Amino acid sequence: MKELLSGNEAIARGAYECGVTVATGYPGTPSTEILENIAKYQGIYAEWSPNEKVALEVAAGASFGGARVLVAMKHVGINVAADPLFTLSYTGVKGGLVIITADDPELHSSQNEQDNRNYAKFAKIPMLEPSDSQEAKEFVKIAFEISEKYDTPVFVRTTTRISHSKSIVEIYEPQRSPVPLEIVKNPTKLVMLPANARKRHPIVEERLCRLKTFADKFSENKVEINNANLGIITSGVSYQYAKEVFPDYSYLKLGLTYPLPEKVIKEFAGKVKKLYVVEELDPYIEEQIKAMGINIVGKDIFPICGEFNPSIVEKVLSPSSKQGVKEDIPLKLPPRPPNMCPGCGYRGIFYIFNKLKLFVAGDIGCYTLGFLPPLSAIDTCVSMGGSIGHAMGLDKALGDAAVGKVIAVIGDSTFLHSGITSLLDIVYNRGSSTVVILDNQTTAMTGRQEHPGTGLTLKGETTKKVDLVELCKGLGVEHVRTVDPFDLQTVEETVKEEIFRKEPSVIISRAPCVLLKSQRTKPSKPFTVFDEKCNGCKACIKLGCPAIEWKNIKSVSKRDKLTSDNKKRKGIAVIDNMLCNGCGLCEQLCKFDAIGEINA
Amino acid sequence: MPDSNTNILAVGVGGQGIILASEILTYALMNAGYDVKKSEVHGMSQRGGSVNTHIRFGKKVYSPVIKEGEVDILFAFEQLEALRYFGFLKPDAMVILNDHTVNPPSVSLGIDEYPRDVSQTIKKKFPNFHLVNGLALALKIGNARTANIVLLGVLSRHIRVEENFWIDAMSKVFPEKLIDINVEAFRLGRKEG
Repeated sequence: MKELLSGNEAIARGAYECGVTVATGYPGTPSTEILENIAKYQGIYAEWSPNEKVALEVAAGASFGGARVLVAMKHVGINVAADPLFTLSYTGVKGGLVIITADDPELHSSQNEQDNRNYAKFAKIPMLEPSDSQEAKEFVKIAFEISEKYDTPVFVRTTTRISHSKSIVEIYEPQRSPVPLEIVKNPTKLVMLPANARKRHPIVEERLCRLKTFADKFSENKVEINNANLGIITSGVSYQYAKEVFPDYSYLKLGLTYPLPEKVIKEFAGKVKKLYVVEELDPYIEEQIKAMGINIVGKDIFPICGEFNPSIVEKVLSPSSKQGVKEDIPLKLPPRPPNMCPGCGYRGIFYIFNKLKLFVAGDIGCYTLGFLPPLSAIDTCVSMGGSIGHAMGLDKALGDAAVGKVIAVIGDSTFLHSGITSLLDIVYNRGSSTVVILDNQTTAMTGRQEHPGTGLTLKGETTKKVDLVELCKGLGVEHVRTVDPFDLQTVEETVKEEIFRKEPSVIISRAPCVLLKSQRTKPSKPFTVFDEKCNGCKACIKLGCPAIEWKNIKSVSKRDKLTSDNKKRKGIAVIDNMLCNGCGLCEQLCKFDAIGEINA
Repeated sequence: MPDSNTNILAVGVGGQGIILASEILTYALMNAGYDVKKSEVHGMSQRGGSVNTHIRFGKKVYSPVIKEGEVDILFAFEQLEALRYFGFLKPDAMVILNDHTVNPPSVSLGIDEYPRDVSQTIKKKFPNFHLVNGLALALKIGNARTANIVLLGVLSRHIRVEENFWIDAMSKVFPEKLIDINVEAFRLGRKEG
């Protein structure tokens, strides 16, 4: 049967078809939908783990018991999981263990642009790279076979264009895993004490040699000989871009990019006059081919930064080719960055941070948008769970000079991902930072996923819900306060009190994400601006709420026929009642009582 | 079936239902027997951000993204966003434009101005131009949220796919209770187009 699937949906389907029974991960664009789709299949235990390291550790345990396991995360998630990963390469597996690394060339939604093919080489783990949804599904199946046959974890690497593009996939009924579920003690293989690990390292090297032989016979390293003048070695979505613009060139399309098929590459190089490698990001394939002593052109002409597309490949390889006519955009257009939603519980908090001119150590989530004007209230953002450590570091480095000036902000999901340990550090190492946990009761940025603080599992079952207040107290924080972020005055007073306290403190800002379904059933009345009272002072505009617009008085007078204009105001604020969620923040900022509920 | 592929670029503002409409379009094309690829980028709280979806169909599609200057149909849900993608259009491209504006933050703040006479600017350059008031039509059937499907109905007039394939595609993406109203919205747009 044919289905239209995204790369992520195809990976989930692939896992189901080859008898996966355990799947783990942490949400991260572009990988998120893999676990969301696996969770829909019966017979698969699927979990959002608190972070990627935990996800891989749970997966390892399940594999040791014989289960086929799939672990999914985005490229930077592999950094978090790297510690167990490198040693898992030594222990090997029992049931197949496949790790999806969803990379993000162009940083559509990431904090860096790392090329995780390097991890395959670094951790000595084979890596497959599908180039569309059909292959994404097939390669998962192949990955499990390789994993079990060669006793190794296996990477499948996607990029955003594979994860989030849809193409046609042939689907089949699921098969059972060939590996028996059982507990078999094997401590010399699974206990990586130095004495045991030392014996495992040569086994890893020997395994790589066998994999190299396999690579040369592997049918998904495909050779297409057409025009012999020009040969392209490529993998993943880059193959599709090159094939789109140069259908008649010769290709070696690599399905396995670690280890590389040396013999096949040499043969292919011998059949074509000029050899190019078309690969996004690092010269990963290129360097290995050059090390084989083969002359190949890659990053000398192709960019290292950013995502490829057919136009880039065409322009670089054939500069004189006829490009599509590019029309000039007729005007300079205002940009349209993403924005916090109207009624978002973060807005008031960032408004206060900005007002108090704090240095805000920030983290990864929707709230990173607090960086954008007019809120302009995020000063650092490096990695998941990093904000708390940044604040601690600033406090320790600057001493009294930092008192009352630095604050850390972190979401609930991010705090549970890897903020807990840094908060523990502040307590234990006698820090005095103030941490604001933005508890919106979901993992908002990736699309509202569950986490240990929501009381729901990925499979939709109710579960024990962590109590953030008690958790922080349990870590040793004596001053834990909860605020309603829509009460600006209280937020300001609380923040002012806590940032000057010479002890660790936590402020939990509690307001559910406005996009949570449970919230949608209770719409608040939208607010409005009473034209005649509005002074045009722009105080409400500083919230950056998408529902509030400041309009020049001339354009308003014409359209809305304002009768008097005796205040000599330049403009007035207007609230779009289709967008307003009635949070009431703007009303609190208006000194002229010009904002109120409609029909109030 | 023509040899060359057809390229559709759907653009607008996050939250307008662009991705859902593109999903239905893609299913309908698959149902009708085309090879089809669709590509979008989301994440990072795209609500309110600029959104675009590439849909390519034909005999055999390789790249999931459209080359600059190769868009056959621009399917725009918002006026300013239509202008933003001019550079992707073929000189003889068709433009279907929703008569709707959403202010970007800099306009709301009074820093930038929203461009004037967008539809005239487009019409001058791309005479094969259809202006649709999606919201007004959706309100005719009493549901503002079906505006995206009304627009899809308009687009459907210009794509060789029979109506039953579209209806099948819609029953695939909507929960049962929402199918009827959306089919109604689709037919309204199809009549209008």
